[in-house]
Amino acid sequence: MSLGETIRNSQIWKSVFRHPMPLDRRNRIVVMLTNFFLHLHPVSMKKQGIALSYTWCMGGVTFFLFLVETVTGVLLMFYYRPTLEWAYNDILALRDVTSLGILRELHRWGAHAMVITVWLHMYRVFLTGSYKPPREFNWVVGVILLLLTLLLSFTGYLLPWDQLAIWAITVGSNMARATPILGYEGPLQQLLTVEGIDMISDASDARFGLLGARFVGEETLNRFYVLHCVGIPLAVSLLLAIHFWRVRKDGGISGPL
Amino acid sequence: MHGTDPGFLQSIGTFLGFYYLFISLMNSVMALYLWGKKGRPDLAIAVLVLFAVPFLMLSPFALSGQPPGLPTWFTDTVNAAANAVVYTALTTGALVLLYLCRSFFVRKDVAWVMLNVALLLMGLSMTNQNFALIVTKPDNVPIVGLVFLLGFFTWLATAKAVENDDRIARGLGPAEKDDNEKVLVWPDLVYTELICMVALTAFLLVWAIGLPAPLEEPASSVKTPNPSKAPWYFLGLQEMLVYYDPWMAGVVLPSLIVFGLMAIPYIDFNKLGNGYYTIKERRFSYLVFQIGFLDLWVTLIILGTFLRGPNWNFFGPYEFWDPHKVLALNNVDLSEYFWVRGLNQGLPRAPVDADGLTKFLYILLRESPGIVLVLLYFLALPPLLATTIFRRFLAKMGFIRYMVLANLLLFMAALPLKMILRWTVNLKYLVAIPEYFLNF
Ligand code: HEM
Repeated sequence: MSLGETIRNSQIWKSVFRHPMPLDRRNRIVVMLTNFFLHLHPVSMKKQGIALSYTWCMGGVTFFLFLVETVTGVLLMFYYRPTLEWAYNDILALRDVTSLGILRELHRWGAHAMVITVWLHMYRVFLTGSYKPPREFNWVVGVILLLLTLLLSFTGYLLPWDQLAIWAITVGSNMARATPILGYEGPLQQLLTVEGIDMISDASDARFGLLGARFVGEETLNRFYVLHCVGIPLAVSLLLAIHFWRVRKDGGISGPL
Repeated sequence: MHGTDPGFLQSIGTFLGFYYLFISLMNSVMALYLWGKKGRPDLAIAVLVLFAVPFLMLSPFALSGQPPGLPTWFTDTVNAAANAVVYTALTTGALVLLYLCRSFFVRKDVAWVMLNVALLLMGLSMTNQNFALIVTKPDNVPIVGLVFLLGFFTWLATAKAVENDDRIARGLGPAEKDDNEKVLVWPDLVYTELICMVALTAFLLVWAIGLPAPLEEPASSVKTPNPSKAPWYFLGLQEMLVYYDPWMAGVVLPSLIVFGLMAIPYIDFNKLGNGYYTIKERRFSYLVFQIGFLDLWVTLIILGTFLRGPNWNFFGPYEFWDPHKVLALNNVDLSEYFWVRGLNQGLPRAPVDADGLTKFLYILLRESPGIVLVLLYFLALPPLLATTIFRRFLAKMGFIRYMVLANLLLFMAALPLKMILRWTVNLKYLVAIPEYFLNF
């Protein structure tokens, strides 16, 4: 018996993979049904559904990038401390000292790429009319995912705590100040005046809620860090599970009837 | 940075040398493919002579620090002619042309020529230091990628749609229909995914090694950089700030974009075009989406990223970002046009000792021309459209869905309309009520 066969016949191997190698038709079906990761997929599908020229594989690529971001992000969390004292220096160290500093490049370029691929995915879904019945709801889930992807990228942009970071976030979050009714400089904010006291000040408006302070400061760094590393990824994971589930339940990848 | 310093040419030359080599290689592979697989030696020779050899000859010049560039008269003319109006007119015009002549542009030979021309223009432009400075800013590199990717995928989708439209006209049904034979996911899909993942990992690694992530000076809340830009994917919104106040550009319009996207499946009642590429079978929704995505969203991002410099002034692609460039702003509110210039009198103003209500009514009077216009736009247009060009829509969609559609379209159109009003009559606000931060 060759070494490979010995391994494949061992009790350990068999406890993990409950069937022979997927070389014949039967086992190629069984592998899809018994493997946790593969069971996301159906056993068989229409040829057109797996054609690269049809789906561009953009949803898959986006998901893969999300996984890359998760892995590199968790590793980066070992190095990075979200405080005014350390944030910038930790990133500096990642660039100049740390041997795995390339993690930051992977994480940053992966994030940019993910924004691009999620747009392309939406573009493909639109152009193939795949949002039409019965897939309307999955399109809505997708739009929320798109929004969350942008917010993930936006909250992460602040963390290096350099000039690029705080001013981009300042420009972005200044918009919240103009929220109608709820923003300090928003239209009709006077509506929320109770007995002559203006409820909406620069320390109680929508922007303050976003930043945790009157301007982008340490409270903001903390707030964005938690959203970026925990809050939004959890929401995205849940929605992705629903998204993939619905792709299957809505009849698999769309195609002409 | 008006002249070009030699150190710059040396370093960009090295990059361009490999860039041209790569393009030459790409063309050689295409020639090989045409010769061998397609049995078209004539086309293969054309590709070699037209592209592979010329690009190959460019590369030693670039490598030796003398990359060919654009003549000064060209860059100067482009800079002098460029402004937001010209940019918008040209991009919109190009998109319209691409749409109208799509059966020409989807031809593979045409697309290949366009790709090569675009790559050449990119290479030539990179020798301009001002251009290179903006394009090679690390965070801008992805947008260059986005432009090429979008170009490619738009081409691919259009090619398939044109083919399908043609087939449908001949009664064949979309090409996707012929592919409905079932295949096993293992190995067909699982292996494709595996290869995708490996290729993508390799690509990310090369990118990460080749391009360091940006890190500027430590954050300082007193030193405001000029220009201060939001992350690139929000620059379309930041560009809207030129025409609308933050409450519109930063809050209302983005919310409506998200809401509008979510509403698409519920307002598009057209049952055709589900699960295949087509344009003719769903022309209306196709055009609305493309105007929104390509012409308003992506085009504004490119404008905001590459052509907006200090003080958010417009700069030509080869122009130095001079922070002292001054552009006269003489925008005028509609109320000013109406009362002061039209009726030759002052703006209506409440007496100083008037009570709150009187003051409020005076504000309404002052802004009444704009308020009437805006009300007409949002309240009179939907029924008007419903009885004319959208009659079929109202009948098919019912009242509520029709109103959602009409209002979303009106809000979408509000942006280009405001742009045009700004460019033609220098209109600042239709309704200007700074007292309530309500400018529209
Ligand atoms: C984090 C972001 C997202 C991920 C990871 C993701 C992932 C996927 C994957 C893997 C598929 C299978 C087919 C394919 O690869 O094209 C898919 C299908 C789909 N996605 Fe997404 N998606 C995301 C965002 C979106 C967005 C923004 C939209 C639309 C606005 C959307 C709408 C849909 C729809 C309608 C389908 C079914 C398409 C069909 O059956 O042809 N998704 N998604």
